Amino acid sequence: MADMPNSPTKMSARNVNVFYGEKQAIKNVSIEVGMDEVTAFIGPSGCGKSTFLRTLNRMNDTVASARVEGEITLDGQDIYSSGMDVVQLRARVGMVFQKPNPFPKTIYENIAYGPRIHGLAGTKADMDVVVEQSLRRAGLWEEVKDRLSDSGTALSGGQQQRLCIGRAIAVQPEVILMDEPCSALDPIATAKIEELIHELRGKYAIVIVTHNMQQAARVSQRTAFFHLGTLVEYGVTSEIFTNPREVRTKDYITGRYG
Amino acid sequence: MNAASIWLVIIGLAVIAWLSARARATLMEKSAGRLATHSRAQYHGWYVGLWTLLPAALFLIVWQNVSPALVTNSVLTAPEAATLPTEGFSRAAILSEARNIAAGRQQSGFNTQSQALVEPYRAAQTRFDIIGALLTVILAFACGAFAFTRIRAGFTARTRVERLVMGALLVASLIAIVTTVGIVASLLFESIRFFSMVNPIDFLFGTKWSPQSAALGYGNKNAFGAVPLFWGTVFIGAIIAMLVAIPLGLMCAIYLTQYAKPSVRAWMKPILEVLAGVPTVVYGYFAALTVAPALRDFAVMVGISGASSESALAAGLVMGVMIIPFVSSMADDSINAVPQAMRDGSLAMGATTSETIKKVLIPAALPGVVGGVLLAVSRAIGETMIVVMAAGLAANLTLNPFASVTTVTTQIVQLLTGDQEFDSAKTLAAFALGLVLFIVTLLLNIVALRVVKKYREAYE
Amino acid sequence: MTQANSPDRTPTDWTSPVMRKRIARRYAQERRFRLMGLGAVALSAGFLLFLLVSMVSGGLSGFIRTEIKLPIDFPHSPLLIDPAILKSANAERALANANLPAVTSAAAKAAFGAQGGDAILSDSAWVAVKDALIEDPGLLQRQAVIAVPAASDIDLAAKREGSAAAEQIVAQLKGKRALATRLNFGFLTASDGTDPTQVGIWGALKGSLLTMAVTLLLSFPVGVLSAIYLEEYAPRNRWTDLIEVSINNLAAVPSIIFGLLGLAVFLNMWDLPRSAALVGGLTLALMTMPVIVIAGRNAVKAVPPSIRDAALGVGASPVQVVFHHVLPLAMPGILTGTIIGMARALGETAPLLMIGMRAFIASPPGGVTDPATVLPVQIFLWSDEVSHGFVEKTSAAILVLLVFLLAMNGIAIYLRNKFETRW
Repeated sequence: MADMPNSPTKMSARNVNVFYGEKQAIKNVSIEVGMDEVTAFIGPSGCGKSTFLRTLNRMNDTVASARVEGEITLDGQDIYSSGMDVVQLRARVGMVFQKPNPFPKTIYENIAYGPRIHGLAGTKADMDVVVEQSLRRAGLWEEVKDRLSDSGTALSGGQQQRLCIGRAIAVQPEVILMDEPCSALDPIATAKIEELIHELRGKYAIVIVTHNMQQAARVSQRTAFFHLGTLVEYGVTSEIFTNPREVRTKDYITGRYG
Repeated sequence: MNAASIWLVIIGLAVIAWLSARARATLMEKSAGRLATHSRAQYHGWYVGLWTLLPAALFLIVWQNVSPALVTNSVLTAPEAATLPTEGFSRAAILSEARNIAAGRQQSGFNTQSQALVEPYRAAQTRFDIIGALLTVILAFACGAFAFTRIRAGFTARTRVERLVMGALLVASLIAIVTTVGIVASLLFESIRFFSMVNPIDFLFGTKWSPQSAALGYGNKNAFGAVPLFWGTVFIGAIIAMLVAIPLGLMCAIYLTQYAKPSVRAWMKPILEVLAGVPTVVYGYFAALTVAPALRDFAVMVGISGASSESALAAGLVMGVMIIPFVSSMADDSINAVPQAMRDGSLAMGATTSETIKKVLIPAALPGVVGGVLLAVSRAIGETMIVVMAAGLAANLTLNPFASVTTVTTQIVQLLTGDQEFDSAKTLAAFALGLVLFIVTLLLNIVALRVVKKYREAYE
Repeated sequence: MTQANSPDRTPTDWTSPVMRKRIARRYAQERRFRLMGLGAVALSAGFLLFLLVSMVSGGLSGFIRTEIKLPIDFPHSPLLIDPAILKSANAERALANANLPAVTSAAAKAAFGAQGGDAILSDSAWVAVKDALIEDPGLLQRQAVIAVPAASDIDLAAKREGSAAAEQIVAQLKGKRALATRLNFGFLTASDGTDPTQVGIWGALKGSLLTMAVTLLLSFPVGVLSAIYLEEYAPRNRWTDLIEVSINNLAAVPSIIFGLLGLAVFLNMWDLPRSAALVGGLTLALMTMPVIVIAGRNAVKAVPPSIRDAALGVGASPVQVVFHHVLPLAMPGILTGTIIGMARALGETAPLLMIGMRAFIASPPGGVTDPATVLPVQIFLWSDEVSHGFVEKTSAAILVLLVFLLAMNGIAIYLRNKFETRW
């Protein structure tokens, strides 16, 4: 089936249903996310793609009325089982949010926070290395290397988002989830982020939720189309956009709705 | 004809004016047509009614303040007044007695001369009362009639009445300013009189407080050093009470906002509100009856010397409990004001809730929390009853929490109760203390509100 | 975008013993922190509970009065009274002059021993005898047992808080079946006094009610009108800022400062009667007004602009918009804030001490210009009393005050919940 990713599966979801109280937001979604590729979730607003993304790192746990059914695995291990430590999970599966949310701390501290609480850098020298490497990987090092003690909130929108990506990278994740990372940015900042995603692919499995189809077409290898809480179609990006199998997919892509 | 009945008369006139004006306006509306008249009938009623009432009322108030002087002047022209002493206390006393006897407030007087003046007083009083009543009623009638003649179709009664209403609103709002000015003025005025008797430097920096010795005539020097009072206030309110209130209040807020189920939050918040609503006299009584003796026994058992049955610790502990809701609610608001995205960002990296709170939320909410603490300190140092009942009267510069200390507020109460001449340094000292208290709490409040406001702007 | 190809860091080994221990320790910290939070909440609730239980247990006995059943042999007593007069209107006056205290005292000595037999009765025991005689003049013809209030130390001993000697006497009286306990309704109808068994809170309560009435009458209109002005009409200029700053500051000024203001202006400058409910009400009104203004502003602010627009759209004048539309909708919020402000004023003590309500008022005030006291001040005065009998009375008075405050806050919460509309 064209549904299987080319690279080995990093995370898989099987028959996942998500409820907010009485309302069902996700209906019976099954999908596999590959290790070295970028997977895009597209669909009209309110179709559940962000909700589903948040099940992958158990961020829905913070919502009291949310209930998740089904099986979601990371490297074969069910992340909702009692044996899975959520603290560890969230370090392995990082997240970048729609609106950049740097901590009101220095740029250095923003990056250092994660490694510090997980104990990933013993000495100050180690931490300096971690910070520099994370900022380099996030494409921000050259711009901020002389002002690491400035506040993270003093950066521009695009820089803040790269800072958040650097922050996620600093805890050495295996998967990075991105929830519409460019929707709050201008086109130039967006282009920089897309370039960054290209460079990060291969080191991390990336899942990106986007409402911008062109962006999905540009950055991802596989695309999943969500509609009203169900997974309508999932396959290689180029095929989805040129020759979708489902009518609903075709309608959405040609702009009939959404 | 006493004052109350004149008021009733002009109010009655105003009501009649209102009714008749409204009736007239209704007729006019019928004849001229609804659309041609500017204002509804009741507004004409209000217009005429208010014109009848207000000028007369104003006049009456002025008259009631001015007429006693007029009466006295008239009495002084009577022949019996020729034998009065020319100046001074006895003259005023005789006049006052005669006035009281004439009004029926007294049966007979000490001075023989006052009896002679009673008749002139009675006559003059009656004369002026009648004059006043007549003038008031005439004024009411005249203004009412004048207003009545203005009723016609195009008359903008409603607009004028509404303008008056707006004026009333403005006056009501100005009362707040007037009160503040009144507080500052009265405190300043009396304090200046105090500082003419006692050197301000001695007051602010002196360490000996014994107003009793000043009253006994040992002089004002070295009797009004307020430093022990300032220390007592700070010790109890800013140190001991805060040591109780800040940890407990902050942790309560953290638990209620981050950990508690909505059902727990639903009944815990009212409990904190109740804690804030208990009258301070109840806290004070509880402190004096239960907490202070228990602490004293404890101190004796442990071997701490100088433990008294009225201690700073007893007052401070109970005050701290009273302040918990203030700290908790300000901290609650501040933590809730931190955007959820920040909390999500930290959790998404694998931080535990406590790590998120300690390292992200609290630092972000810190200005608001600090503002809340400052407001709480301001409340604590202004508190009176708990310290009056549980902390004691000894002006003591000590670090021993089991000893008895006194505070600024306790001394204000102490200096002003009992029979004092209003002018002595002892009573005026209370005003000076009040001035210091007012300034300090004002500064704390201004700083706290500014901190909270700036912080809130940062997140909006 | 440059990116140095720095060597990759070693991937995190989440299963290593070091990492496992670290995570376990972090979770332990989390549990401890959460427990600390819960502990703080429990401790605060516990304080409140301790306070309330302490007051209730101390105060309930204040509502109970010990009485002694005193046998009086009227025909053989030296009571000089004509039975006919007892049925007439002059009964009270005649009995007052009939030497009842001596008769009561003699009867007590006869029944309970010549040595101190009359000391177990309260000083006003004869009043109970007088009331019994007026109710049933036929008593004069026979021997009767009349229940009279006991002296303070006997009363305390009956509640197990007295001295050893008194407790002995109580035991004896119980043996003779001469002791009775009754609900002390007098506590709610009597005023202040020197004998703790005879005091009541009515005088203070009436004073509180009068003071609250004056406060409400003065602060409510001024507060509501100010709130309306500031929210609806005030132009954004320096005067308005000054008014706002004044109100916010006044709301945070310590209450004792208002007392000083009252003393300096109302008593000394305007010469109003000392410790009158009028002066107390004026002082508290100045203190309560900012609270009402702030609550009023919030309530008016919560009314959506669409309602104002709609009213203006049909041609209402600005004054009509506010008074016909906005104010009725904001009224529940304003009332809630007012009740809370009044509850706070009811519990205030310090400013009223300043204006002289510290005096001993033995009869309830007749009007707002009579000397009065309020319930919190009464509590304060009684707490200073030497006689041990006042301890339970103080706690009982506190209970009455708390009941009133609870009722007021309850009404406010009820109003808030019932009328809170989500726009």
